[in-house]
Amino acid sequence: MRHLVLLPFVLPAFAACVLLMLASRPRLQRAVSMLAAVAIAAVVLVLALRARGGVVETYAMGDWPAWIGIVFVADRLSTFMLCLTAAVAVPALLYASHRWDRQGPHFHPLFHLLWAGLDGAFLTGDLFNLFVCFELMLIASYALLQHGGGTARLAAGVHYVVLNLLGSALFLVAVGLLYRAGGTLNLADMAVAAAAADPADAPWWRAGCGLLLVVFLLKGAIAPLCLWLPATYAAAAAPVAAMLAVLTKVGAYAVLRVGGTFAFAAFATPWLHPAVLAAALVTLVVAALGAVAARTLSTLAAWLGLASSALMLTAFAVPEVAAAGGGLFYALPGTLGLAALLLLADAIRAARGASGDALERAPRMGGATALGALYVVSAVTLAGLPPLAGFLGKALILAGSADHPWVWGVVLACSLLQLVALVRAGTRLFWSVEPRPAAHVRPGLAPVAAIALLLASVVGVTVGAGPLSRFTAGAAAAAREPSAHLEAVLGAQRLRWTVRVPVEEGASR
Amino acid sequence: MELLLASAIGLLAAGGIWLVLRARTFPVVLGLALLSYAVNLFLFVAGGVRTGAPPVAGLGAMTDPLPQALVLTAIVIGFAMTAFLLVLALRLRQAARSDHVDGKG
Repeated sequence: MRHLVLLPFVLPAFAACVLLMLASRPRLQRAVSMLAAVAIAAVVLVLALRARGGVVETYAMGDWPAWIGIVFVADRLSTFMLCLTAAVAVPALLYASHRWDRQGPHFHPLFHLLWAGLDGAFLTGDLFNLFVCFELMLIASYALLQHGGGTARLAAGVHYVVLNLLGSALFLVAVGLLYRAGGTLNLADMAVAAAAADPADAPWWRAGCGLLLVVFLLKGAIAPLCLWLPATYAAAAAPVAAMLAVLTKVGAYAVLRVGGTFAFAAFATPWLHPAVLAAALVTLVVAALGAVAARTLSTLAAWLGLASSALMLTAFAVPEVAAAGGGLFYALPGTLGLAALLLLADAIRAARGASGDALERAPRMGGATALGALYVVSAVTLAGLPPLAGFLGKALILAGSADHPWVWGVVLACSLLQLVALVRAGTRLFWSVEPRPAAHVRPGLAPVAAIALLLASVVGVTVGAGPLSRFTAGAAAAAREPSAHLEAVLGAQRLRWTVRVPVEEGASR
Repeated sequence: MELLLASAIGLLAAGGIWLVLRARTFPVVLGLALLSYAVNLFLFVAGGVRTGAPPVAGLGAMTDPLPQALVLTAIVIGFAMTAFLLVLALRLRQAARSDHVDGKG
């Protein structure tokens, strides 16, 4: 079934159109939305199973050859990120079905458009198509960020939109430079072009790749472009914040994919990896300090989100491939735990009454046992404590970066700070409660089920950590050494065809 | 010709960046519009500066169609984003009673 590769992008887009037509019937809209979500999750699981062992499936749009058309590539890295998105999106939709989707118009269509953009960005093998899918997911996220209204969301939204528009402008400049350098925008074709490049063209390659790196670091919220993330996550509605957590992972994915395919090789300077590593470590420190200073649970979750993104990029910036495999593995429990904590912050805010999710003494909340248990599991995941998969991810990253004592020092110290912040928050929320009578607002079944689903996925990742870590190690190795990708897209002879047109005398190129 | 185009791109980009760094929302929106003009022009010339070349294949050295397609896509995306940002800025102005980018007076 070769069209299966296209489905993760097409299904959510069609679902968004159908859901838009069902806007006047909310119950039917919810049902169709959940049905579509489960279908997409099933499709990405099948794709991931088909990709294990290193099989690279390509899908050429309209069957145009790779150098002219747009190619979707489903290898281990793409399908892993697709599964990550589905693993966060299904519980987020379940959580939203309780109350959040009625707080504003068009939640479900926008959510599915965001999902379509994410899936397109993970699947595409063309640089400009990556830009278009980025824009699709960004505009859906701009609209979803405003879901629920309020001045705080408007202010956070203006900052987020302006920063991302600037990032898009830089992306376009990079695309222009790379097109001038290579004559093509297909990632595999650019790899072949960069390898065979004229040394006189090296400044073009270097400028384009450098700008691309800056754009992806902005998306992944790395210092100094990191301070937009905590404000945005804290202001967003909870299911939207959970999906925004996946958006930062797109930045790290793009660094691994584009960097591994041609950008790191074309940039060709010795200071690139240390510079990115230093920036990621600085972000990790900033995030840990922000987490300790947080006054509400949602702010704490936001800073921990920054920390998980920084840790993932630290793993990708270390030259050894084993660390990149560990970072990819860590992305799964890290994002699932983060989404669980973001949803939990909202559930606690609803159950605690007047105090909301502020980290101060308050009466015991309704449903404290269930929420407390969920908090413990998500805190253990995020802090990276054994026995859950967060610990395994961090251990894999540290094992892979054994030659970098700075990485060990900073990662362990920041993990300690994050642990302190989580323990302090848990104590204030659940243990040192005031002896006043409890607020009897119990959390609904759907929110608790959604958070439990996310944490059950984390337990599932822990149980299946052996095969999964081999899968991610293979994915990272294939990203850094893209010969399988090149062969699948360009054919065994790596034939290229430049789009350069013949230049006549007197023309200025 | 290249000097003219390069100067135009540079001036538009400089003006755009200066406006984006202002503290009021309307200059920021204008600055992003100027920046998008500069970037679209840059993307167009990335295909090569050539005057008078036919747009159709078979009549000699034709113009490169791909940068034109890229610029069209970028213009449409930029247009949608600018429209959204304008409405967002208007709503912020209305809600916060101030047009400061941080939403406070």
